[in-house]
Amino acid sequence: MSQRLKAAGSRIAQAIPVIIGVVAVSFVLTRALPGDPAAYFAGPAADEASIAQIREALGLDKPLMVQFFSYAGDLLQGDLGNSISSGRPVLSDLAARLPASLELTLMALLISCVVAIPLGVLAATRPGSWVDHLCRVLVTAGVSLPTFFTGIVLIYVFYYLLGVAPPPLGRLDFLYLEPDRVTGFYLIDAALAGDGETFMAALRQLVLPSVTLALFTLAPIARMTRASMLTALSADFVRTARAAGLRRGTILYGYAFRNALLPVVTTLGMVFSFTLGANVLVEKVFAWPGIGSYAVEALVVSDYAAVQGFVLAMALLFVALNLAIDLAYAMIDPRIGFDAR
Amino acid sequence: MSGAAQTGRSAGGTGGGAHLLHVLRSNPVTMLAFIMFAALIFCAVFGPLLAPYDPLASNAAIALQAPSAAHWFGTDALGRDLFSRVLVATRLDLMISVAAVGISFVVGATLGAVSGYWGGWIDAVLNRILDTIMAFPLFVLAMGIVAALGNTIENIVYATAVINVPFYARLVRAEVNIRRNSGFVLAAKLAGNSDIRVLAFHIFPNALPPMMVQASLNLGWAILNAAGLSFIGLGVRPPTPEWGILVAEGANYIVSGEWWLALFPGLSLMFAVFTFNLLGDGLRDIVDPRKRA
Repeated sequence: MSQRLKAAGSRIAQAIPVIIGVVAVSFVLTRALPGDPAAYFAGPAADEASIAQIREALGLDKPLMVQFFSYAGDLLQGDLGNSISSGRPVLSDLAARLPASLELTLMALLISCVVAIPLGVLAATRPGSWVDHLCRVLVTAGVSLPTFFTGIVLIYVFYYLLGVAPPPLGRLDFLYLEPDRVTGFYLIDAALAGDGETFMAALRQLVLPSVTLALFTLAPIARMTRASMLTALSADFVRTARAAGLRRGTILYGYAFRNALLPVVTTLGMVFSFTLGANVLVEKVFAWPGIGSYAVEALVVSDYAAVQGFVLAMALLFVALNLAIDLAYAMIDPRIGFDAR
Repeated sequence: MSGAAQTGRSAGGTGGGAHLLHVLRSNPVTMLAFIMFAALIFCAVFGPLLAPYDPLASNAAIALQAPSAAHWFGTDALGRDLFSRVLVATRLDLMISVAAVGISFVVGATLGAVSGYWGGWIDAVLNRILDTIMAFPLFVLAMGIVAALGNTIENIVYATAVINVPFYARLVRAEVNIRRNSGFVLAAKLAGNSDIRVLAFHIFPNALPPMMVQASLNLGWAILNAAGLSFIGLGVRPPTPEWGILVAEGANYIVSGEWWLALFPGLSLMFAVFTFNLLGDGLRDIVDPRKRA
């Protein structure tokens, strides 16, 4: 057991070079962006001298290595720089917008897990049946939906044709006031304030974008559940368990499902990554004020600090997530060991 | 028993055609997938020849017309024929995704097999690099790469390939790692096979079925990825017809009721991704008969 703890500790230590790598990659990527931020910041009427002056003020005239180290030093103090377009610190911009993205993502993941895992298990236990074919078609259709296209179709049907959905413009209709900020999640904040009306309004805004995302994410989860369930069910230990006369439920959930869960856990990590990526598109379609749309706006105007901050925040989140998944994986599956290192 | 089943697959060359026919006949969905795939390839190859109009020729007199006999998918704001534009876009979208997945398949399989088999510092270094790539939300990393390298089609391919490599590498690494000390591997080594031979012909084929599923998903994802990039204004640039751009152009008209502009390119995109996903499932059944019930 102590060996296992040591292994876990070394895995955590391995995350440090990744973080350094992430900082380096995000730095290089954003510095290589086309467009000169000094010229952008100076405005269209600026001459050479004023552009050079602003370049110096932003530290863009120094060698890349110097820029990188001063950037890393600032990071250690929690300083992500100021956004050129909004003029505010990137950290506070991101902090203000992160809850919007998280609320959307978590809602979508919740919906998709609740639907996808039972569907995958059901399809795998009855291969070749109509449930299996239905699952296959559903799942394949789900992952074939481009999130931005699904969103547009949902808007057309539920807003333009039926008129049941609110206009796709952000988190809350302009008729309502934002609930007092506690967590930044409108649903939770409105519930905490006991404001049922605002809660329903926020929920109505949330339904279409989160369903759009969920339709996209349920497919990989159901697909992987089905595939790994099939593998587990055709394994020798299941045959042995059947031969030993164990009950169907015990075999299915005690033996097969627990083994089948491993790839599903791995998939969940990837799905989370895809969800946040797809968030960018969904946020654009629904004018959702999250960090995804923030990054797109920043990219368009080559707002280096904002893009770096966004990429970095996301990357750090994923380092933590990958770490958790790796640790969980080693706990569940004793075949994968870290003791070789 | 399991060792025999695993090694038996690599010798399954004979009778493959009969097996294929059997699978196709017993699984109508796979059959359908192959037909759809053939249709896609046909459009990609002959699309530009079949298009009834020039996809770039605008004609203000017939702007924003609903689908009709003359213009099957209607016309856009500049009076360009949407059917021609969607048809011609097939080749570009398919080329981007196939090229990207091909690159990541080969690179990922090689890296993953080597690091899973030999482990040690190669494994450690590779894992760090993969973790660094995977530490980004992939679509955002692709956005960053295309924005940094420049708005060209090659850069979409490279960006898509880079973000897909970790999936293949990790999958192969895990499959190889679990089996590197299995009985059938030790037996193969004892029989005098070299490490590379054991890795390539005894262990690696076991990773193929899950890789097939992965590749099919990836082909779909690659198309979605490219289309998503152009949807937010990166990658392919107008007036080049590409499904993502066509949807983005149509999105502006959806709230005023011109549904065909976004619908038809969106449906084509879905059709392509749908085909690859069905095909992947079908391929899995053919490659791995054990999973057929």
